[in-house]
Amino acid sequence: MMKWLSPRSALGIALITVALVALPFVAAMGGQAWVRILNFAILYAFLALGLNIVVGLAGLLDLGYIAFYAVGAYTWALLASPHFGLHWPIWAILPFGAALACIAGVVLGSPTLKLRGDYLAIVTLGFGEIVRIFMNNLNAPVNITNGAQGITLIDPVKFGDFSFSGTSQILGISLSGPQKYYYLLVALAILVIIVNERLQNSRIGRAWQAIREDEIAAKAIGINTRNLKLLAFAMGASFGGIAGGIFSAMQGFVSPESFSLIESIMILAMVVLGGMGHIPGVILGAVLLTVLPEVLRYAVGPVQTAIFGKVLVDPESLRMLIFGLALVLVMRFKPAGLWPSPERKRDLTVKPQEVAP
Amino acid sequence: MSKAMGEVLLEANAVAKHFGGVKALRDVSLTIRRGEVYGLIGPNGAGKTTFFNCMTGLYVPDGGGFMFNGTPLVADAPHQAAERGIARTFQNIRLFGNMTALENVMVGRHVRTKAGVVGAMLHTPATRNEEAAIRQRAIDLLHYVRIEDRAEDLAKNLSYGDQRRLEIARALATEPSLLCLDEPAAGMNATETEALRDLIEGIRRDGTTILLIEHDVKLVMGLCDRVAVLDYGALVIEDVPAVVQKDQRVIEAYLGA
Repeated sequence: MMKWLSPRSALGIALITVALVALPFVAAMGGQAWVRILNFAILYAFLALGLNIVVGLAGLLDLGYIAFYAVGAYTWALLASPHFGLHWPIWAILPFGAALACIAGVVLGSPTLKLRGDYLAIVTLGFGEIVRIFMNNLNAPVNITNGAQGITLIDPVKFGDFSFSGTSQILGISLSGPQKYYYLLVALAILVIIVNERLQNSRIGRAWQAIREDEIAAKAIGINTRNLKLLAFAMGASFGGIAGGIFSAMQGFVSPESFSLIESIMILAMVVLGGMGHIPGVILGAVLLTVLPEVLRYAVGPVQTAIFGKVLVDPESLRMLIFGLALVLVMRFKPAGLWPSPERKRDLTVKPQEVAP
Repeated sequence: MSKAMGEVLLEANAVAKHFGGVKALRDVSLTIRRGEVYGLIGPNGAGKTTFFNCMTGLYVPDGGGFMFNGTPLVADAPHQAAERGIARTFQNIRLFGNMTALENVMVGRHVRTKAGVVGAMLHTPATRNEEAAIRQRAIDLLHYVRIEDRAEDLAKNLSYGDQRRLEIARALATEPSLLCLDEPAAGMNATETEALRDLIEGIRRDGTTILLIEHDVKLVMGLCDRVAVLDYGALVIEDVPAVVQKDQRVIEAYLGA
């Protein structure tokens, strides 16, 4: 059902488009580092939206999500670098990486089908660590992942002759590598938003939400909970795999330490902090949690110097302290997240009417 | 209705279930005929809900089994029971609290629809049509149980009586041939019970067989075509209400020997 846009929403979309197009140029004024930060914000939004399918819709608390990101990243790294001398094109690697991550998702999902909540979190957490340790140790007897040193000189994203690394001129405008990746990431992010949105309001999406709300009732009305949980794991993992591939190409380098437990927790925090199951909220959470620590990194040192005349507390630890405090405060005062779905918000602000039996 | 009234719809054959040393069901056999309202009563702990749970696949019976529509029901597969045409409500209401009333009923259409992930992502015409049909059917069902004005409210914010009705609407969305209601009148006042009775009679008139577990003896005796009485997991009697009401064993079971 296509509906014509109202003038107001058309204007809104136009403004957002202009802002999205202009953003990397604004960020570049502060240096290319800020464009990279921006790119990571979008990449994390992509990841968080993938995790949102598993956690927000199906209600499966997955603490090992980073494993699928790792699978995607290593797939790209191994198939497009001098490490094995392979240089597959993007249209072959990205689906392949997504498929491998999807399989990993099913492999993780199948033994956890009967687990819920805390127990599921522990098992998935273990799975995430297993994948990282695998990557760390798969350098002997046959060197597959090059161990802790990681893989270097990974090919950038290329479409034909057009490479996303290095500066190039398009229509007379000079675009740096990170700026080009920015547009690629925005395109991918829009795609994943559409997919999320459509899934959420579909037969499958409703079945996931039913499982989240009450698994027994879901079974009783004919939902095959086993298959649908596996599907949620597989879908979420595929998105993780795609994000991992892009990460690998963008960085040109992967090593196991990029896929530590803290990364999984950060992505989960983005989903929870932003507003579980609510797409704009999840995006907000991802952008804030990526950009805020970076802003603090630049701000904490100079602010101390300005106030006390010298740096009293190591900026790195103070930054994480402030960050942690911010998380605690948000969860204390906005338990449904910063931007929860309207229904949830209404529910938490308005007292439900008395249900006298 | 394609099949004749009065033929056997569900047949329980010596169904047994025990939890450790407790024998919750002792070889219970009974038959439910198409088109009737069948009452299952008994004191607390008599095994009524256990019987329900065995039938709908939430429990695996330790002995015996069920024939439904002429073929055996697979144990331990609740989603298949719904697919075969058995829908149920729960004694302690189990709705999808954080979904709207309309969405709750739409989920009930799951088993009768088939759009998959790919269709949803590509928004194909087939998916869109099916989605529109699901929505329309859900709205119709909300009208049917008369809570259409609560369609956009979260299920958990509905009043108790409306939640009961919503649960019935959700069960009806699966197009059951047997609708099992587990103590639907529990906690209702006289007016609400009367309205519920009208609703159940309406559902029966529209061709759905009903299995009713209920404590409200007056409701059961007034509504049911036949009644079975369970006590300590065993079937005491299965007959028309007039006979059951006068049975000495039933009076003893209810009033204490």
